[in-house]
Amino acid sequence: MAITIVTEITNLRRRIPPRGIEQMEQLLSKIATNEQHGENSSYFHGWKAYDNDPYHPNQNPNGVIQLGLAENQLSFDLVEEWITKHPSASICTSEGVQMFRDIAIFQDYHGLPQFRNAVARFMGKVRGGRVSFDPARIVLAGGATGASELITFCLADPGDAFLVPTPYYPAFDRDLKWRTGIQLIPVICESSNNFKITKEALEEAFENAQKSSIKVKGVIIANPSNPLGTTVERETQITLVNFINEKQIHLVCDEIYSATIFSRPNFISIAEIIEEVDCNRDLIHIIYSLSKDMGFPGFRVGIVYSYNDAVVNCGRKMSSFGLVSSQTQHFLASMLSDDEFVDDFLKTSSMRLAKRHQTFTSGLEEVGIKCLNSNAGLFCWMDLRPLLKEPTFEAEMVLWRLIIHKVKLNVSPGFSFHCVEPGWFRVCFANMDDETLEIALKRIRIFIQATDKKSDVPAKKSKQWQKNLRLSFSGGSRCEYEESLKSPSVMSPHSPMSPAQLVQTRT
Amino acid sequence: MRLVVPLQGVVQGRGGLILGSLIPCALYYFLQFYLKRRRSPPPPPPSSPRSPSTSSANLADLPRSSSRLSLSTRGSIGRVHVSARAGSIAKPNTSPYYIGLDRVRGDPYDPVQNPGGIIQLGLAENRLTLDLIEEWLSKHMNEAVLLGGVDGGLSISGIAPYQPSDGLMELKVVMAGFMTQVMGGTVSFNPSQLVLTCGATPAVEILSFCLADQGNAFLVPTPYYPGFDRDIKFRTGVELIPVHCRSSENFVPSIAALDQAFNQAKKRGQKVRGILITNPSNPVGNLLSREILYNLLDFARERNIHIISDEIYAGSVYGDEEFVSMAEILDSEDFDKDRVHIVYGVSKDLSLPGFRVGVIYSFNEYVLASSKKLARFSSISAPTQRILVSLLSDSGFVQEYLQTNKQRIRRLHDLFVLGLEQLGIESTKSSAGFYCWVNMSRLISPYNEKGELELWEKLLDIAKINVTPGSACHCIEPGWFRCCFTTLDDTDVGVVVDRIRNIVETCKSPA
Repeated sequence: MAITIVTEITNLRRRIPPRGIEQMEQLLSKIATNEQHGENSSYFHGWKAYDNDPYHPNQNPNGVIQLGLAENQLSFDLVEEWITKHPSASICTSEGVQMFRDIAIFQDYHGLPQFRNAVARFMGKVRGGRVSFDPARIVLAGGATGASELITFCLADPGDAFLVPTPYYPAFDRDLKWRTGIQLIPVICESSNNFKITKEALEEAFENAQKSSIKVKGVIIANPSNPLGTTVERETQITLVNFINEKQIHLVCDEIYSATIFSRPNFISIAEIIEEVDCNRDLIHIIYSLSKDMGFPGFRVGIVYSYNDAVVNCGRKMSSFGLVSSQTQHFLASMLSDDEFVDDFLKTSSMRLAKRHQTFTSGLEEVGIKCLNSNAGLFCWMDLRPLLKEPTFEAEMVLWRLIIHKVKLNVSPGFSFHCVEPGWFRVCFANMDDETLEIALKRIRIFIQATDKKSDVPAKKSKQWQKNLRLSFSGGSRCEYEESLKSPSVMSPHSPMSPAQLVQTRT
Repeated sequence: MRLVVPLQGVVQGRGGLILGSLIPCALYYFLQFYLKRRRSPPPPPPSSPRSPSTSSANLADLPRSSSRLSLSTRGSIGRVHVSARAGSIAKPNTSPYYIGLDRVRGDPYDPVQNPGGIIQLGLAENRLTLDLIEEWLSKHMNEAVLLGGVDGGLSISGIAPYQPSDGLMELKVVMAGFMTQVMGGTVSFNPSQLVLTCGATPAVEILSFCLADQGNAFLVPTPYYPGFDRDIKFRTGVELIPVHCRSSENFVPSIAALDQAFNQAKKRGQKVRGILITNPSNPVGNLLSREILYNLLDFARERNIHIISDEIYAGSVYGDEEFVSMAEILDSEDFDKDRVHIVYGVSKDLSLPGFRVGVIYSFNEYVLASSKKLARFSSISAPTQRILVSLLSDSGFVQEYLQTNKQRIRRLHDLFVLGLEQLGIESTKSSAGFYCWVNMSRLISPYNEKGELELWEKLLDIAKINVTPGSACHCIEPGWFRCCFTTLDDTDVGVVVDRIRNIVETCKSPA
């Protein structure tokens, strides 16, 4: 009896009532509990809507079509064909299994030498053989996401800042800032000159940082640009190189869309610019990945290519946190070393992207929608300013919700890319088949024609979303907002709302 | 400190003597304060090499981590400043653990091609049972599975596109089943409590980011896996406080020692957020008993801290003792589960370190939610996930593999230990892992870390074997070495024992 009582008391001691969120926040780190992951931002809102109601030609023909995901699905058939013809590339087939043991235990953070060689060659090919890359400078990371974070960890400390031209890829806010603790300072670009990066804008951003005692460690650009879909011109890159060289700050070039060029002008890599322009090469770094060019985001191949030995050395040690599977490395080493395949792939992929881009933009033009002239990427930068009731972000939000919930298309609104002008939307066109694209265009056509008939934009129906919106603007050229989504109809299992709700929606 | 005497105000009688003195003084101090703020903070003192050679009282000497490291002196390459983090990481690693690994890379032993090379006993890698997996793959895998096609249809659109960042649900399901098998079936793992990462290394880092802020600390019983010093501290800024365990207690952590370490940390203003244990232990190879696990849980609850239990060797237990996972304790008792997180992976138990597959298993929904988001920096390659789904679904094969693996490890372990015993060298009784924790303290002179490192160098340079000295694992007692044997075959063991014999003779003979 005594023993039972003692056991009971011991057990009661151990039983703790369920914790509230506040207590849990004390147990967890700031990183775990802050909102820096950005998943509550509106960029992901459209994705959530899609998750809730995904389009399927047979099972859900009225569902939301995903035009917000920059994925290249146009050339899978080429890869499949290659895989079928080259079973020895995989260590998991009877033809390739003799390599299995060595590959299975290979966990060196330098990466497989044959893989680095193949990637270096591939990067050179993508640049038309005009520059070559040294395999010893290739550092592996977990996808472009991991690569962006890794280079940031190497170059900047908490509180430091990077300048980034707007509009920019929304996930930079998460990937570059969340765990590293750095800040991003926008360099404002405007439609009046096709969103070119100007020296004045760079200087202004740099001075603003200095006034606030923020140390700027570098500039990060995407070339080709996401979301603009344009390649950065030679003159602009020279301006950038001179700028960073003068200030002795770093230049990080995200070139992950470098093989998605489908028309002139040609792509010019920073690797080419530094051959022409005198600069301190220790300041130059490239982010690369196979996610866009080859359409392999699931493979998680991220690359940091740096001209700075210390960065390569340090970055390499960080590769352990995002090392690419040796099985994947081995497979890709084989595929990317096949010159004939690579040449054919690059050419065919480019042609298919060109055609898709043409179909989409001409389809939009038929109903009077213009896109920024672009020559690269997996998306268009669509100009819907004429459709805005007024040139405000509030109106853009209203229009966007309409497009998601009534037109049933997930597009990405300009404000999530930190664009300073309302009315721009990014629309992806390479992540679906031709039929789906046709349906998307048809829906747009119907919507525009319906809009033209009425004098007002039919946005008044969206009152139920409006009343839950809180938009706040923090003046100047930078636009910030926050919103709180309370409408249950847009909640999804991926919605990181309150953790309690997260538990409920999880099966 | 100079005093600025405002003469003018005093002389002119304006504002009175007091105001005339105070205001300029105040302005002066504000100016100093403003300038000080603009100036970068002074560089921290150079970090002293972690040396457990004296007593555990040295815990108080551990350098406190500063939240903003100076950029002015550290990390500058010419005029180009990389981050302070990069600056410290880019320095060559002085730990014998890494130096030894590099040396072997430069001169690896091969019985035929390089018989004079260095034999690797410093890497916990297991090649003993890879043949079984190789055989399974060649029978069951073809490009259809590789492409992720279902029902025999080829479709790379199954594996190439974006996948959930924390792993495919199919892999989570089979991984949960695998973990259940590995832990002996006494506890069942829930797939929805799993977050998959590309290796146990990012799993540990992600948990560190979730559970602690920069400057906080984890208590870690010693000796511990040298890789933790890098994996945890590198980017998170979380410190590791060693809690010393002794051979007299078979290197099992005592609550008293943990308590002392916790209190000392508190005194110097360092917040402890958790305890990091490895069970089965690395480098000792022992198992923590149920009682110790209960005590650890009680301790963690009383101090309101977490427990990270790295159970990566759970499937490599070859001894007679029973392995008890933290999950089993929590399953059986109505414990406070929110503070327990398990790290696992296939690098050890399945001998697939190259595939980069790790697991965070947590009972805390908030930690799971954050880890899921953080996993996007460390996701597993999709084709690799597909292969594992197939492999782990064959539970019959998995069972056979686990059993055969244990037998082979045991056999080699016994052979190796016997060989050492013949030289008069004892090891701790170990029940798991790929290594022996060997006591060579009688061979070192002087009896301290310096003597230990000298012996290590002799073993590396003269005997041409790479072992890991206890100081690299923060062991408080000098003379212990971790020797991994699972990369050897029977002949290699003979060669190793002979080489060590030469050193033993040298140590015995008068100087």
